[in-house]
Amino acid sequence: MKLQEMKQSWFGNVRGDVLAGIVVALALIPEAIAFSIIAGVDPMVGLYASFCIAVVIAIVGGRPGMISGATGAMALLMADLVADHGLQYLLAATILTGIIQIIFGILKLSRVMKFVPRSVMVGFVNALAIMILTSQFQHFVGETWVMYTLVGLTLAIIYLLPRVTKAVPSTLVAIIVVTAIAIYGNLNVGTVGDMGALTQQLPVFLIPSIPLTMETLMIIFPYALSLAIVGLLESLLTANIIDDATDTESNKNTESSGQGIANVVTGFFGGMAGCAMIGQSVINVKSGGRGRLSSLVAGVFLMFLIIVLGGLVVQIPMAALAGVMIMVSISTFDWSSVRHLNKLPKTDATVMIVTVAIVLVTHNLSIGVLAGVLLSAIFFAAKISKINVTEEMDIRGQKKVYRVEGQLFFASVSEFPAKFDFADSVSEVVIDLTHAHLWDDSAIGALDKIEMKFEENNINVTYLGLNDESKQLKKRAGGLSKASGH
Amino acid sequence: MFKRILLATDGSEHSVRSAEHAIQLAKQFNGTIDVVYVVNEETSKHDVLHNGSKYEIERKRKEKVQLALDQLDGTAIDYNVQILHGEPGPSIVEYANKNDVDCVVIGSRGLNNLQTMILGSVSHKVAKRAHCPVLIVK
Repeated sequence: MKLQEMKQSWFGNVRGDVLAGIVVALALIPEAIAFSIIAGVDPMVGLYASFCIAVVIAIVGGRPGMISGATGAMALLMADLVADHGLQYLLAATILTGIIQIIFGILKLSRVMKFVPRSVMVGFVNALAIMILTSQFQHFVGETWVMYTLVGLTLAIIYLLPRVTKAVPSTLVAIIVVTAIAIYGNLNVGTVGDMGALTQQLPVFLIPSIPLTMETLMIIFPYALSLAIVGLLESLLTANIIDDATDTESNKNTESSGQGIANVVTGFFGGMAGCAMIGQSVINVKSGGRGRLSSLVAGVFLMFLIIVLGGLVVQIPMAALAGVMIMVSISTFDWSSVRHLNKLPKTDATVMIVTVAIVLVTHNLSIGVLAGVLLSAIFFAAKISKINVTEEMDIRGQKKVYRVEGQLFFASVSEFPAKFDFADSVSEVVIDLTHAHLWDDSAIGALDKIEMKFEENNINVTYLGLNDESKQLKKRAGGLSKASGH
Repeated sequence: MFKRILLATDGSEHSVRSAEHAIQLAKQFNGTIDVVYVVNEETSKHDVLHNGSKYEIERKRKEKVQLALDQLDGTAIDYNVQILHGEPGPSIVEYANKNDVDCVVIGSRGLNNLQTMILGSVSHKVAKRAHCPVLIVK
């Protein structure tokens, strides 16, 4: 059975997987180079990453048909580390990122992802899109109209070619056409070669040359933690999208460890940390990719192309890559969230905007996500902490019934006692908790307080309709507080 | 003759009109209806991003076909609902051909030439490739 499953996930769709893998490889190259430049490293670092991650994840990933590689979200996180400490520290951080993700997977923590609400995820992709776009502005500074025209041409081809044919990825055609124009027109524009070296060889195993000290760890750990969080967030989101698009299930914990293993391997082979890519995975599924083979073919074919065509790749004008990145930014951005912003619940809209704002201020996607999760947790607590108390007088005027509706816990009980009239003239009070739930010691404490105040006025208190859980809690906590002198 | 009818729907007004025609056909020939709604990759991405869980997604998609189902519920016609994944045109064709459907009923969005060139016409694709008669409702 196990073997049968494995065979199916590898060879169940050979033709579709090979063709889709080739399409994805062609679409991966410009992005891998552009993301390297965002991170501030040589183009080879991103290309090695996309190669290693795609190949390793094909073997150990949990979501067949998903494509992983060097990504914009990760590149944006590592730019400061590279600028301050250099490539070797990035490689070490990449390995540490992988180790954190493996631990995450082994501890089966993928279920904590459900605490990241959708408005935070929307904020995440929107912030990512804006940051990819702004990262391109530096390439426009001090440029001439020639460069602007090439960017415009790149975008025109990317968006108009699919109307004519979808057989070849339009980004690739745009890059080839614009590169050809730049070469044959002798246009003096900045190229990929100006941004760093491109070596036409396979990656080799190397241990990052960094001092193995506590100080090093203190430098790389914060980066690795951010990278691990963002990598898993985007990977598991992508996995959910591919689950839905292919109408199949996948193991998120296997995927988490798989992403970790892929990053460890990548770090040792001179690549930067990466994760799953929404855009490329959608391209893969659209092109007919379903199995593990598609990711393997994408990685291997990408490396093959670089080894064969490396000499041409360095001549790609930066204008063409900037165009591709603008397209990536536009397609990453969730436009419907802006169109329907006024229709969203106010709290959702606030969480989304705060997530985006914090990312743009801190330049760190993981901080934005954590803040967004925190804020939505506070909103949720505020929402459920509304307690409704209605009172009803007994016919003879001797007994009053308070009906309590809602969740009694630390956040909701602060104004709870104020809803009772302690100076009442009745002799008996019934607190009806049929539609209430007691969650913690604060709830018990508040009830004790209410009971005490009534008793001070010689009013007898009885409870009605406590559910079993609440009763247990009251017995345990209430018994204790009474015993200690209340 | 038309025993098994495929009704393609996307929850739009056009598909409400298509449903009326599918129902008339089914009544005439005492047939059954397969209500088909296709989710493409972009919709998957949007739905996963905007919904808390897969149950919420499922519920929202059911709402999309609900208009057609409301029309069907008023009749005695047997029907079932299929939610497919992929490009709308090829997915409808594949389902129709695989299940030996006798007739496909599909709405036309009424695009002009330029729009057809840019957006592509799902109904034309289906008409071209399905192995059975296709009724394009305008």
